[in-house]
Amino acid sequence: MLLPGAYRPHPLHALMLAFPVALFPAQLVADITYLNTAELQWTNFAAWLNAGALVMGGLVGVWAVVDLVRISRRGGARRPLAYVSALALAWVIGLVNAFKHSQDAWSSVGAFGLILSILSAVLVLIAGWIAWSGRPQEIV
Amino acid sequence: MNRFSLAASTLALALAACGSPSDPNLNEVGPRPAIPERNQTLIPPMKISLPAAWGNETPTVPAGFAITPLATDLRIPRQMLVLPNGDILVAEGRGGGAPPLRPKDVIAGVIKKRGNTQVDSGNRITLLRDADGDGRAEVREIFIADLNAPYGLAFVDGSIYVAAQDALLRFPYQDGQTRITAPAEEVTKLPSRLNHHWTKALTASADGTKLYVGIGSNSNVGERGMAVEEERAVVWEIDRLTGARRTIASGIRNPTALAIEPTSNLLWSVVNERDELGPQLVPDYLTQVRDGAFYGWPYSYWGKTLDPRVKPQKPELVARAVTPDYALGNHVAALGLSFARDGGFGGRFTDGAFVGMHGSWNRQDPSGFKVAWVPFSGGRPSGPPVDFATGFLKDGKARGRPVGVVFDPTRRILLVADDLSNTVWRIAPTTAAATPALSVDNTRP
Repeated sequence: MLLPGAYRPHPLHALMLAFPVALFPAQLVADITYLNTAELQWTNFAAWLNAGALVMGGLVGVWAVVDLVRISRRGGARRPLAYVSALALAWVIGLVNAFKHSQDAWSSVGAFGLILSILSAVLVLIAGWIAWSGRPQEIV
Repeated sequence: MNRFSLAASTLALALAACGSPSDPNLNEVGPRPAIPERNQTLIPPMKISLPAAWGNETPTVPAGFAITPLATDLRIPRQMLVLPNGDILVAEGRGGGAPPLRPKDVIAGVIKKRGNTQVDSGNRITLLRDADGDGRAEVREIFIADLNAPYGLAFVDGSIYVAAQDALLRFPYQDGQTRITAPAEEVTKLPSRLNHHWTKALTASADGTKLYVGIGSNSNVGERGMAVEEERAVVWEIDRLTGARRTIASGIRNPTALAIEPTSNLLWSVVNERDELGPQLVPDYLTQVRDGAFYGWPYSYWGKTLDPRVKPQKPELVARAVTPDYALGNHVAALGLSFARDGGFGGRFTDGAFVGMHGSWNRQDPSGFKVAWVPFSGGRPSGPPVDFATGFLKDGKARGRPVGVVFDPTRRILLVADDLSNTVWRIAPTTAAATPALSVDNTRP
């Protein structure tokens, strides 16, 4: 993920980003466990992990967009643009998945929910990788 | 990529995913209702009919009948009982006790609350007396106080039985009494560790030796796990004197009212079925409660139609699932059942059952919100349901929501508990032999 452009998020921004980066993959694990066991508590866990990822991911997403706007005024915004895009996509898929997980019992995950969880997890890891691999140069 | 346009398009997609509207040509009632394809949507199509006041208006009843508010300002009236001397008992309150397990439970709880009364649970039984028969209760007393969400009521052999949400209670009663202060005697405990569906319906057998209690499921379709469904979605038969009980029917999702059909002395129930399979699934139903029968929940609906949301499935149970006798409509939320007896109101309303329908939340075109009449012949339903009391929904706002219904053969009146306007309505013929001409509701509630 070597993209041009100097971007390193504020430490608090980075800490908040850690939540969706941890929670979306954790949700994926919970979903897989549910599909393997049919033990309903795992889909309950998954629904809350997803909700947590959406709340923190939404806040950090707003911050990331603000960063993107500020940087793009000076040019060289490809890295933050890639970061925001991956994060936004992970979040929107997570939102759809929140509704999916509101369905009852097996319908709360199923094949569709699992695919959504995989996409959210992969995209948020990509977003985190981009955000945290910026050159050490203060922006904010 | 613009996250806002993405979010907006997702929202549009999600709203579109709210599901197709109901098909008005689909038969939703009777012994053989249409069972369409499942239509699960990402957002359940919630349609909360917000409350509105009655003002000077009242529900609409057939020609030849009059309706009056027997009592108002109650605290969530549910089921009722007419005592031998004509006094009317009204169980008031709201129970429940199932902690939210998912974000959905929290959100749906807030939304559904907007369609209900904001009055505090009465947790009591009120006595109403209309000795002069003018349609207004001139005596109103708190008959029994400090109950835990009372619902089902029965009178047998000088005792009043109350199905609270956690126990079946017995109170001694003397004719004319307007207040009971004697402590309750517990006949048996009722399942209540969780109370997702908290109402405990109650009726006595024709000979008075047995009491029947309806116990609803602890979830829509088993999404809290089947461990919490032990002795849920069942009807119990309880020996009145010893408290010994056995489960006579299972898989009966939420049996909200029980009654004895007067010509056959057989037990019948109205039952609320599951949600989130589409606007026209699954029909709430009226059925004879057959000893030993399994009615499908949660594994199948309307007999043996599999519900794929339940894993693991139980094919051996589904193989013997019984199809209910009579569909009342989808999402109508039938909560009241009372048979006409001793000639009923005469005419069309001689032999049959009144059904109180609380009204839907899980479809875009509201259903229920009325009292229906199901004609019977030879102890079985014999035709499509007919509207008996309507007008609870007007211009998209709910003015009332019917719960319990009681036909009093001695005074030839029908009582309807309305837990939104907190009123007990009294419907009586304006002439001695009312034989109103009615148009048949072609079953599209």
